[in-house]
Amino acid sequence: MTPDSAPPRLSVRGLAAGYPGRRVIEDLDLDIAPGRITMIIGANACGKSTLLNVLARVNAPLAGGVELDGTDVASLSRRRFAQTVGLLPQHPTAPDGLTVAELVSRGRHPHRGVFQRWSAADTARVDDAMAKTGVAPLADRAVGDLSGGQRQRVWIAMALAQEPRILLLDEPTTFLDLSHQIEVLDLLRSLNRSDGTTIVVVLHELNLAARYADELVVMQAGRIVAHGAPADVLTSEVVARAFDLDALVIPDPLTSTPLVIPVPGGAHAAADEA
Amino acid sequence: MTSSVQEIRARVGRRRGAVLAGVLAAVLVVTIVSLSLGDYAIGPAELWRTLLGGGDRLQSYVVFQVRAPRLVMALLVGAALGAAGALLQSLLRNPLASPDLLGISAGSGAAAVFGILILGLTGPLLAIAAFAGGLVVAAFLLLAGSRRADGGFRLILAGVGVAFLCVAVTNYLMVRAKVELAQAALIWLTGSLASTPWWNVAIVAGAVLLAVPAVVACARWLPLTQMGAATAASLGVPPSTVRIVAVLAAVLLTSVTCAFVGPIAFIALCAPAIARPLLGHGAVGIGTSAAVGAFLLTSADLVAQFALPGYSLPVGVVTGAIGAVFLLWLLATSKGRQL
Repeated sequence: MTPDSAPPRLSVRGLAAGYPGRRVIEDLDLDIAPGRITMIIGANACGKSTLLNVLARVNAPLAGGVELDGTDVASLSRRRFAQTVGLLPQHPTAPDGLTVAELVSRGRHPHRGVFQRWSAADTARVDDAMAKTGVAPLADRAVGDLSGGQRQRVWIAMALAQEPRILLLDEPTTFLDLSHQIEVLDLLRSLNRSDGTTIVVVLHELNLAARYADELVVMQAGRIVAHGAPADVLTSEVVARAFDLDALVIPDPLTSTPLVIPVPGGAHAAADEA
Repeated sequence: MTSSVQEIRARVGRRRGAVLAGVLAAVLVVTIVSLSLGDYAIGPAELWRTLLGGGDRLQSYVVFQVRAPRLVMALLVGAALGAAGALLQSLLRNPLASPDLLGISAGSGAAAVFGILILGLTGPLLAIAAFAGGLVVAAFLLLAGSRRADGGFRLILAGVGVAFLCVAVTNYLMVRAKVELAQAALIWLTGSLASTPWWNVAIVAGAVLLAVPAVVACARWLPLTQMGAATAASLGVPPSTVRIVAVLAAVLLTSVTCAFVGPIAFIALCAPAIARPLLGHGAVGIGTSAAVGAFLLTSADLVAQFALPGYSLPVGVVTGAIGAVFLLWLLATSKGRQL
């Protein structure tokens, strides 16, 4: 890891994505702020996970492209791309009985050549990733036996063992109770502040997104409605437009970031927001 | 400070090495017994001398022309089926995934029966026909399964359906064929290692060698696809490539063995199910499954040859009987573990 070198820039040009016949995203441009935390919010089915999966090169764009430092990622080898960009998907799965240490070790894959043996440097990286996420004491436990919060930190450790300069996370706090949500977000913030890792998170919880994001991207129906610092972006007009919700937006008494307070009965025809 | 990661990895490595060595030792024992036993028994000392070229003509003939080809074929086929089962089970993360239940064996079998009865194929052409039959089934399954990322269960149901269809085709061909041909095809369909010429062994060995690079690549990739398609993709391994390579390798291993010894039941299902708990820790275990498969098939062939005095069974009868009991035991004891 070379924190002093300029962080790589990930951007999207004229992107269309989704499935042939049903485009979720149409003509979207986005520059991810290098070295900062970007959070993508929006109502269900607005295309935020689709965008993240295209950014991570899990799904190919239908049109347009993703650029890493100005190079179309389609022209990079997958391994080369994986050395820079990591992803924690929404539903990763671990085989039963697999230990935490082995799972995190699998994150080293993109850094190991076909005939390259496991090295001391690999072990050091895995140790480092487990220390940063606080899962070192769990090294010998089976991933399946851990609590939700512990498991999420293990998966983040796996992604960190990959040494990504850019880390993408798809709803990393879903199914976690509030204290574990805060724990995961604090962890992401400390990774960003200590290593300068660029972090992009798709998040459901508006107020936590506003609190932890340097940049907010608000999406609605496959388009970006607003993009910028949370205080500039998260207004009641934007909330009304993106979430079809009447809400009061006030400064958070602790952090002065925007705090969205739904007006009782303020959900309009938006029946899909369960 | 010693790294616990290092310790755990070393411990896992030692365990896997010990398991593989143990299974290979068992294979060696069965190998020696297989070469010794028979109507003309050969003791260990004489066997050793014969293997080194010092036996008399009769001993050399029995060992090299009768028993060795049959044994080597059993080793190859068992290993190929064990590896194919491990590939499919890890790929689909389902312990029921195997070439038998997915219909790949039945597809190869139907194509091979068509080749034997209608086209009069033998040798490499028969292998190619069986491979084509397996490929058609696999292509259908890939299309059926590609509509959902986690298609393991649906895929197996689709495979069971395809298997029935292929068996229907096979039965139709059998009914229409001349009695003598149908008789020969029936023995083949049960799975038999009797009267194996070296030429057939060489073809199967060639096919297995052809599959080795794909299997080695899959051994590297499957631990990543176990963590989900998106995780694998983000670690630089495209899941669609893994799916195609693993299925192609499994089809090649299954169908070519099927072409020469018939669709031998249950080895591909059982071998990984035995190897995995021995290896522990969410292992993919292709190599160990191959070794276990070789052990199972050579042992089953010993039982087939000597269980009933004076009468030799087709090995498929034995693997089918043992495998059915094993499958029931697996169903009774499985805790729905995720591969």
